[in-house]
Amino acid sequence: MDMKFIDGYPEYMRQSIKKVEATREKRISLDMEPMSAEEREEVLSTYHPDYVKGGKRSLKVGASKGEMVHHETANILEARPQVNPDEIDLGCINRDVDILIIGGGGAGTVAALHAVYEGILPEDILITTKLRHGDANSMMAQGGIQAADGLDDDPSIHFLDAIGGGHFANKPDLVKALVMDAPRIIDWHQRLGVMYEREDDGHFVERPGGGTSRPRLHSAKDYTGMEIMRVIRDEARNLGLEVEEFSPAVELLTDGDTVTGAILMDLETREYSIIRAKSVILTTGGFGRLHIQGYPTTNHYGATADGLVLAYHVGARITDMDSAQYHPTGAAYPEPILGQLITEKVRGMGAMPVNIDGEAFVYPLEPRDVESASFIRECKTRGKGIETPTGMLGVWLDSPMIEEIHGPGTIKKELIAMWRMEHQFGIDMSQDPILVYPTLHYQNGGVEIDVDGWTGVPGLYAGGEVAGGVHGKNRLMGNSLLDYNVFGRRSGISAARHAKKASPGKITFDHVIRFNSLLDEAGIDTERRSPMLLPDYRGERAIARALNISI
Amino acid sequence: MGKNKISVYIMGKEHRVPEGLTIMKALEYAGYRLIRGCGCRAGFCGACATIYRKKGDYKLYTALACQTTAENGMYLTQLPFIPANKSEYDLEKIRAGPNTILSIYPEVARCVACNTCTKACPQDIQVMDYIQAVKRGDITRAADLSFNCLQCGLCTARCPAEIKQYHVAQLARRLHGRYLAIKSEPLSKRISELEEGCFENEIDEMIELKPEDLRKRYFEREIKVSE
Repeated sequence: MDMKFIDGYPEYMRQSIKKVEATREKRISLDMEPMSAEEREEVLSTYHPDYVKGGKRSLKVGASKGEMVHHETANILEARPQVNPDEIDLGCINRDVDILIIGGGGAGTVAALHAVYEGILPEDILITTKLRHGDANSMMAQGGIQAADGLDDDPSIHFLDAIGGGHFANKPDLVKALVMDAPRIIDWHQRLGVMYEREDDGHFVERPGGGTSRPRLHSAKDYTGMEIMRVIRDEARNLGLEVEEFSPAVELLTDGDTVTGAILMDLETREYSIIRAKSVILTTGGFGRLHIQGYPTTNHYGATADGLVLAYHVGARITDMDSAQYHPTGAAYPEPILGQLITEKVRGMGAMPVNIDGEAFVYPLEPRDVESASFIRECKTRGKGIETPTGMLGVWLDSPMIEEIHGPGTIKKELIAMWRMEHQFGIDMSQDPILVYPTLHYQNGGVEIDVDGWTGVPGLYAGGEVAGGVHGKNRLMGNSLLDYNVFGRRSGISAARHAKKASPGKITFDHVIRFNSLLDEAGIDTERRSPMLLPDYRGERAIARALNISI
Repeated sequence: MGKNKISVYIMGKEHRVPEGLTIMKALEYAGYRLIRGCGCRAGFCGACATIYRKKGDYKLYTALACQTTAENGMYLTQLPFIPANKSEYDLEKIRAGPNTILSIYPEVARCVACNTCTKACPQDIQVMDYIQAVKRGDITRAADLSFNCLQCGLCTARCPAEIKQYHVAQLARRLHGRYLAIKSEPLSKRISELEEGCFENEIDEMIELKPEDLRKRYFEREIKVSE
């Protein structure tokens, strides 16, 4: 049956859009209250995907044995290491460096720059990355970066917002480092030439995000992550930092206890190369492409949690890996952009979530987990979602409100990436609302680190999404760009200081042999190998992801 | 998702794929496991620059594979790498003068204003206009006009004057951000406060609070987000 489309939407969805338009005026002046602690608790425990029964299991092996993690995470942590120690000759070292940085996104680049500032020569640092330099979630972050530099704000307020948003599970010393370093990070960016939005007097434009009690998001249109990433990448190139692209690390090397290097694999030629290093920093990002619980994701193609696996093999602990962030506003329609991110800045600027009847049903700026759970409740239990032609459900995000509040043309000026994405597929979000549903967005937990980015394993540091503890059970908007800058910097400095004292170590696969025997002892009989490196979307899988999501 | 299938030609070879997929998903449906030419999959990284032609049409079109719907009769080629030279510079040692960019990228002067770069841009950036702004020494205009650049390199691949537009634009934006934007006063003030050790005690005090007291403080905190 042929469906009739009007400006990007099938005719039947237009009936609901009419209702959204009819209530818009009233909703603009509607003053909504955030939920109480009890209401939050209830909506989370009943509707948030992390609380769904049967989605997790307890780890049977390793330093965090007994921790609950999603099945998809357990599957890669309890898999056989990719490399077979019997098949690789470690006698021939391809390269000796002071610092090896695994992961060429934001955290890795910041770590490299700060290692240079700390006195390590660029030629003694190697960044290795799975795809290209800058291919990372860092590039995709849209809305902004938090820093309490506003007149009516300060780092202690930022601290309280972050720790409450994380359900008080965050490691307080890490949160302190995060919020206290934040203004200095913005200052560093300012000196590197990042083009943050400013008022005429040079003050930064600061906007609120979900769970923030003050406006403190610094943004560069809705390309904030891209703007920061391309600037720091340009700076890395100017300093002559070398990046080995299309060369993921497939295993770390140790002298038994201390991390002494890594083995890389060229993704195209499948050749291995052996890198010996005095310090190793993991900056590999998160796990979105594991599609936790079958969800579509906003994440980069390479987000397969490789660093988490490598760290686990050498005995690092993990924390808060029972918690995934589902961004409330993933695109639910049209199909080609399903799961892609609609930045929180859209809500920050006034767009309200609305149901099929045009009713507001949740305070628009709850922390992300609460907001997501409310969307799921609206669709699943209350039956007030809008169904797409492929059977997905979603709620409206009433984007034309932004134009009503801030004036015509605001969307094309400040949300150009969003406008372009929708427009490519026939929708004008300055005229019509857009359809959204939660999408897998962020790995809240990760490898345990201290304030110096040290993992507890000698020689091994971590920063950015691969590391955990900073965000507890839920990260606030704008704290991930901040996280990778703060802990990328701290891990780079720590790794540099360590490298200055250390001498090149013995390189062995002893930890791999040890991990394999742990798997044997635990009776884990599996063909799975890990790290995964890339997801596989060939054939029907190219579309399956869009259709089999259960809601 | 339509049930109908369409024909796309991947580097000349015909494949049947469902209607409604992006070019990137069409490549995957056809059996390719992408290594090159695939990055963020959401229009932010510029990894999936694509050149294509349509059946019966002589024109070469450009697009991002993840942001463009595959059409029947498309002849597709991925362009995963552009070997354009980036000049190295020390931002602290240069200044935002009218000839700064021209001295670092002298080939900008070769621009013949053919507008091919603008037509090639999948982000609809007025590429030629910002190159002209650079020639006039108007760094701020070049920075603003080029802001949405994903550095996919399609402009450079098509430029008959062999200008590296996207590298030139990067320099313009950094010069603007570093030297021409007015610095934030509240930020400088906050940094001095941090250097004096402010906020340490307030945060340490919260760290010492009993969990129930910290919760209470959080849920009772004042929320001031309206502009």
